[in-house]
Amino acid sequence: MGHQDVKFYQTGTFTVGNRLLPPEQRSVQSEIERTNSLNCGHRACQGCGEALGARYAIDAAMRATNNQLVAVNATGCLEVFSTPYPETSWQIPWIHSLFGNAAAVATGVAAAAKVRARKAGQQLPEVRVIAQGGDGGTTDIGFGCLSGMFERNDDVLYICYDNQAYMNTGVQRSSATPPAARTATTMPVGEHPGNDWGQGKNVPLIAMAHGIPYVATASVSDLRDLEYKVKKAMSMRGARYIHIFVPCPLGWGSASHDTIKLARLAKETGLFPVFEAEYGEVTNVSKIRQKQPVEAYLRLQRRFAHLFGKKPQVELIARFQAMADQNIHKFGLLGNDKAVVGFPDSEHK
Amino acid sequence: MLKQCEGSHAVAEAVALSRPEVICAYPISPQTHIVEGLGEMVKAGDIKNCEYINVESEFAAMSVAIGSSAAGARTYTATASQGLLFMVEAVYNASGLGLPIVMTVANRAIGAPINIWNDHSDSMSQRDCGWIQIFAETNQEAADLHIQAFKLAEELSLPVMVCMDGFILTHAYERVDIPTQEQVDKFLPPYSPRQVLDPAAPVSIGAMVGPEAFSEVRYLAHAKQMQALELIPKIASEFQEIFGRDSGGLVRPYMLEDAETVVIALGSVLGTIKDTIDEMRADGISIGVLGINSFRPFPVSAIRRALSHAKRIVVLEKSLAVGIGGIVATDVRMALDGLDKRIYTVVAGLGGRNITRSSLHRVFRMAMHDQLEALHFLDLEWSIVNKELDRERTTRRSGPIAENILRDLGQTKSNVG
Amino acid sequence: MFQVRIHGRGGQGVVTGAEMLSIAAFLEGRHAQAFPSFGSERTGAPVVAFCRIADKEIRLREPVMEPDALIIQDATLLHQIDVFAGLSADGYVVLNTNHSFEDLGLGDLAKRIRPERLVAVSATDLSLKHVGRNAPNVPLLGAFAAVSGLISLDSVVAAIRDKFSGKVADGNIAAATEAYNIAKAAMEAAHA
Repeated sequence: MGHQDVKFYQTGTFTVGNRLLPPEQRSVQSEIERTNSLNCGHRACQGCGEALGARYAIDAAMRATNNQLVAVNATGCLEVFSTPYPETSWQIPWIHSLFGNAAAVATGVAAAAKVRARKAGQQLPEVRVIAQGGDGGTTDIGFGCLSGMFERNDDVLYICYDNQAYMNTGVQRSSATPPAARTATTMPVGEHPGNDWGQGKNVPLIAMAHGIPYVATASVSDLRDLEYKVKKAMSMRGARYIHIFVPCPLGWGSASHDTIKLARLAKETGLFPVFEAEYGEVTNVSKIRQKQPVEAYLRLQRRFAHLFGKKPQVELIARFQAMADQNIHKFGLLGNDKAVVGFPDSEHK
Repeated sequence: MLKQCEGSHAVAEAVALSRPEVICAYPISPQTHIVEGLGEMVKAGDIKNCEYINVESEFAAMSVAIGSSAAGARTYTATASQGLLFMVEAVYNASGLGLPIVMTVANRAIGAPINIWNDHSDSMSQRDCGWIQIFAETNQEAADLHIQAFKLAEELSLPVMVCMDGFILTHAYERVDIPTQEQVDKFLPPYSPRQVLDPAAPVSIGAMVGPEAFSEVRYLAHAKQMQALELIPKIASEFQEIFGRDSGGLVRPYMLEDAETVVIALGSVLGTIKDTIDEMRADGISIGVLGINSFRPFPVSAIRRALSHAKRIVVLEKSLAVGIGGIVATDVRMALDGLDKRIYTVVAGLGGRNITRSSLHRVFRMAMHDQLEALHFLDLEWSIVNKELDRERTTRRSGPIAENILRDLGQTKSNVG
Repeated sequence: MFQVRIHGRGGQGVVTGAEMLSIAAFLEGRHAQAFPSFGSERTGAPVVAFCRIADKEIRLREPVMEPDALIIQDATLLHQIDVFAGLSADGYVVLNTNHSFEDLGLGDLAKRIRPERLVAVSATDLSLKHVGRNAPNVPLLGAFAAVSGLISLDSVVAAIRDKFSGKVADGNIAAATEAYNIAKAAMEAAHA
């Protein structure tokens, strides 16, 4: 499966009509031979974006590596809901160590694989490694290890499932929490309700600044694109990073059936740019198909309800819109615009 | 081969001979020379099939070690002091997961105030972390213990900390017999893991365990350490057969048979204590020393046996359990439960304070006459302490203690040693 | 047991000097222990290192407080710290200087110590001449070998080869040998 624009959508949803595609272009997940790496029976909430994202990502990686995959998991929802004692949903070799060290543990697994390969007389190890964690485990507590893994260019694909807060511990703010959002530690009280307005921490851009071979963002609203990016990442060696947008009904106060819709609106408003970058430079962006106002996205989530009360916070909503518009400009999300962010690297031109 | 070399170098050679497959390196004094030496050996191709990883922190060092060990590679790292504390979460995780990592701790004090010199506060802070902790008395023993540590770790599937006195051993040049590769290969078989991340046989490592089974998992960790009490002497005797040297074991008695007063200590200070005891014995004093090689597991029975004839025990330790006193002494009390013996705690050598024969003579003689207080701080400068206590009594904003004391001392004294 | 204390400043090879002395003794089949007074690495700061030499295993780990010999690599330390602390009347002193002991205000010391055990060598000049940098530690070892007779010049040369190679080793060997000869001559003069 290569990257290609698919012109078929289900009515009103833009969801790819998988059944309308020739078999060779269908998603990994549509196949009977899919590995079910994250098997059914896990304890994720209804409508969990992370469970969906992880299932697609890991199955795609399994396919891409001919099932020679090891996964390292940071502490968090994915870890907890997938391995409730004495059961495990993982059908692949999987290790959970700590909250903040998934990238480093993956470095260790990759190093061991390298030694094994060398001892067997192989140039490159057959066994590949994915590290995965939520936004807290990635952009906050695991950030040091992540940056270290990038800088050494270790042969690891790190996947961040970004649901924009610490959900496992009861929805507290992370450095990926959007401004004004209600969390358990940024309550909608006082003069400036919700999370402080700030820059946040743009880990995909920071990853690009390390000059690593591959950085991509993806969304559970475009699972074919997600599969394509995982497959592409696994075709490369060195440090790679995919940041997947995964709505959380529990933490966001959204309807379970709106997970995909919210993910799509995040992309279509420009709040979450979907793109690829190689060696620091943006190489591909998913264009906005039908631009949406930020209000359409914000209104579906109770974490932003205080923006739309009796006295709508018009100013804040406008700031959100400005943020989305800035993304649209930075990443060239509309029409034939080009991305203006990145860290060009002459060595890899 | 006999060699006159630095302790760190001897350890690096011993680790290299153990055929490590992944080494994680992060600089912190006084272990740095060890990983520097290993880095050079890997780069020069003297250690084959080994990945040497310059990590970004001690937390990452132990985390990388967790990953590589779980993926089936023989794994080594080294740290000290603040570095050990920075990796603590991963230290507990490695033992909880049962991963046979070997780590050198070049013992050093913990700040604040920052202090780079030797004592045992760092590894003692981790006495309950589930790692086996063995202490080296000399550089020869430090080298030997690393080779034994890999065997011990891998047989039990538990991590092992080899503790050696920072600077005093790591930076000392002395005679070390470096074994041959053939000897080490004969002693230490290739690593055959009990659990491994293998796509051919997928397992989940590190799953959550709730109240229904957590106690059982923890008990098994304890049971494994109890097995080590059998295994450590066994491995030491296997080592002796191949290398012809008595290294390691649980405890090491010296002049103990008839000793009325017995000193207990760990690490390199045992040498100075032995010299002191020789001098006291020459004066007809009935005194001996028991070195503890294995601090975790704590050899309760071996210590109880060794001390059966002693009238009084002096536990001399380079660590302080603030708010109670001795760390080792507390464990020794447990080992001697129900026996009628005086037990004195002497806290000594904190932050690199020299432990001299003359001070040891004084404190051992005081103990001999039962004139020692239960908790004694060796060579403590009371005038400094009292001056600061007085300052705090009389002045609300008395200022930072360390700076006050340095000012009282009239700049840092340039004293020998 | 013979105990040596070496004083100098960071960058002058104080620690390396003690290590080489221990290697030289080891090569003669003796037990030796060398260690520094530990501290942060700073160029120019006072540094002390120790070496013990004995015929059986050395267990003692305390610093050398009553040295049998002192090697002083930097005369500017003389009035800054008590480098002579603990030195007995029949101890040895090897000093890096091109001044006389009287000039340095050490007249009293010169009277106290046996003259053939007190030697001044311009080790800095020798190292500049043969090695091209201020590394007085090695020539002072040569002088120490001559004065103490504890180790042979051959062992010092072998220890230099253990630590250095190529031109640096050759230069240091030349410096140590010249210092050895100077010290030997000075001793004979003192005896006469």
